[in-house]
Amino acid sequence: MSTVRCVELCRTFKQGDLEVVGLDHVSIEIEQGEFVCLVAPSGGGKTTLLNAIGGLDRPDAGEIWIGDKRIDNLSKGDLAEMRLNNIGFVFQAYNLIPVLTARENVEFVMHVQGVSAEERRRKSEAVLAEVGLEGLEDRRPAKMSGGQQQRVAVARAIVSEPTMVLADEPTANLDSHTAEQLIDLFMSLNKKHKTTFIIATHDQRVVAYARRIVKMLDGQVVEDISQQPA
Amino acid sequence: MNIALHLAWRNLWRHPRRTWLTIGAMVFSNIILVFMLSLQFGMYAMMIDNTLAVFTGHMQVQVPGYKDDMKMRQSIPDAAALGATLRESLAIDTIAVRASTFALASSEERSFGIQIIGVQPEQESGVSTLPGLLREGSYLADPNASEVVIGSVLARNMRVSVGDELTLLGNGRDGSFAAAVVNVVGIIDSGMPDLDRSIAQMPLAVFQDVFFMGNHANEIVIKTADLSLVAETKQKVEGLLPANADLVVHDWDALQPGLKQAIQADLASAWFMYGVLIILVAFSVLNTMLMSVLERTREFGIVMALGLKPGRLGRLIMLETTLMGGMGLALGVLFGGGLVLVLGVNGFSYPGMEEMAEQFNMPSRIYPHLQLIPLLLGPGIVFISSLLASIWPAARLHLLQPVQAMRAA
Repeated sequence: MSTVRCVELCRTFKQGDLEVVGLDHVSIEIEQGEFVCLVAPSGGGKTTLLNAIGGLDRPDAGEIWIGDKRIDNLSKGDLAEMRLNNIGFVFQAYNLIPVLTARENVEFVMHVQGVSAEERRRKSEAVLAEVGLEGLEDRRPAKMSGGQQQRVAVARAIVSEPTMVLADEPTANLDSHTAEQLIDLFMSLNKKHKTTFIIATHDQRVVAYARRIVKMLDGQVVEDISQQPA
Repeated sequence: MNIALHLAWRNLWRHPRRTWLTIGAMVFSNIILVFMLSLQFGMYAMMIDNTLAVFTGHMQVQVPGYKDDMKMRQSIPDAAALGATLRESLAIDTIAVRASTFALASSEERSFGIQIIGVQPEQESGVSTLPGLLREGSYLADPNASEVVIGSVLARNMRVSVGDELTLLGNGRDGSFAAAVVNVVGIIDSGMPDLDRSIAQMPLAVFQDVFFMGNHANEIVIKTADLSLVAETKQKVEGLLPANADLVVHDWDALQPGLKQAIQADLASAWFMYGVLIILVAFSVLNTMLMSVLERTREFGIVMALGLKPGRLGRLIMLETTLMGGMGLALGVLFGGGLVLVLGVNGFSYPGMEEMAEQFNMPSRIYPHLQLIPLLLGPGIVFISSLLASIWPAARLHLLQPVQAMRAA
């Protein structure tokens, strides 16, 4: 079953008097359980495509389907519901809630989903252990390193078992060792849970691990290749 | 603890100084409101009690129409007996019967039109403070003696003093000519010139004799132990009136409509001032919550990206305001109530108050009353105003787009 299908997506932005093309008739299909890297130079359209797939931004034209559901015409509330139950996000700047501890950040999504306190506790402890943060559950983000914060963000993204994880430059702020650990974590989650990973990056370390690479330039898909990961 | 409550509470203390300043503004205004409203309510109760204690009483039994057109013909038959029945049935001693008419009073030198009132001397001091406000002489003692006590201004105008005689000329209840000579036994100084200019009291039995009233009188005055008992007592009195008698019971509100209007006018002008205070506090809350929302735009973008709907985000802002307003309300009520409690026990006065109070036979200190309504009304309105002020910052979140919000600095 096709997890994500984008058909002729177009998106332009206004920057002063200029009109910048974010997506230019992009069509792409990503199967369930794929590990895909969107690779493009800055301004190439990878984040715009990621935001459109994640329902964070609406295309000017075209269609986005997740499974058999078209999402580009959903209301704001329905999009939020769709994100809550189907998508995990990992951002470049971690984007944790600063006043909550690691555990509370991880539990946040489940809380919104209405998961019971007991279940939240059990799942958050398990997932924090899985990302290697055992013993750091009660720390707030400010007391954690960049790598640890990104692990919390990953734990938050996967704890409610979404069908896909969208990651936007997840390694941009990490040193190479931590970045490699994060990629290993992504790979293992992808294998273990069959979670679809779509990663927008221009980090060659990440690209080397991907089985599929979608190259973009000026809002267009210019190359879509499969490779044997490193 | 619920994570929304957790989040709201911690968000409040991201900027403790700003939060405390806003809560401080709420507490300050709440203390002022609790104190001022308690003081006002206390003063109104004192004002009502003192005004009614002079003469009117808390309620009166009358013939319908007498209140608006005080003709002596509109009288209650066998009034003294009815008064006695009410005293016994209600187990209240402070019930007195009165009759009243207008007459021409003449001394050796001058004549004046006055209101002459027939009172039961042994009962009158229970419903009126006038018997205790004698400047000279003594109050009516013998219920059958042709004696009179008069106001101090009237005595001065008529150039009479204790021991002098007054001649009364007027109409009897049956329309016939009524006349009597009475001895002045006391001079009343109530401190109210209008009252002291026109009042004269004589024993009811003598009044009924002089003005051909038979056993009729015009009003049965009832004073309850407390203002709060008026409604209940009025209901009981209505139930005790003879079924075939055409009588009505008027409470103080109907007998002294000006008193309630004066209180309402005073309260209205005070609420204007309180309104300004509440609006200032509401703007302070609006400012705090708006700043709080603006500086967390990026964070709101993140949680929206995670799947939180704008409505729930709005509720989070409202919850933060509720917590802040709740603290302001609790501390304001605590400190304001404490202040009222202390002053309620010890009372307070201001320069010149004692002299004025003595002149009007009033208490020399003001005692604010700690009551539920003044204690919670002002702080409750501040709390609701704060919530209303946070609606706009909360509503703005509906306009937020996750992508744009996450790009915010």
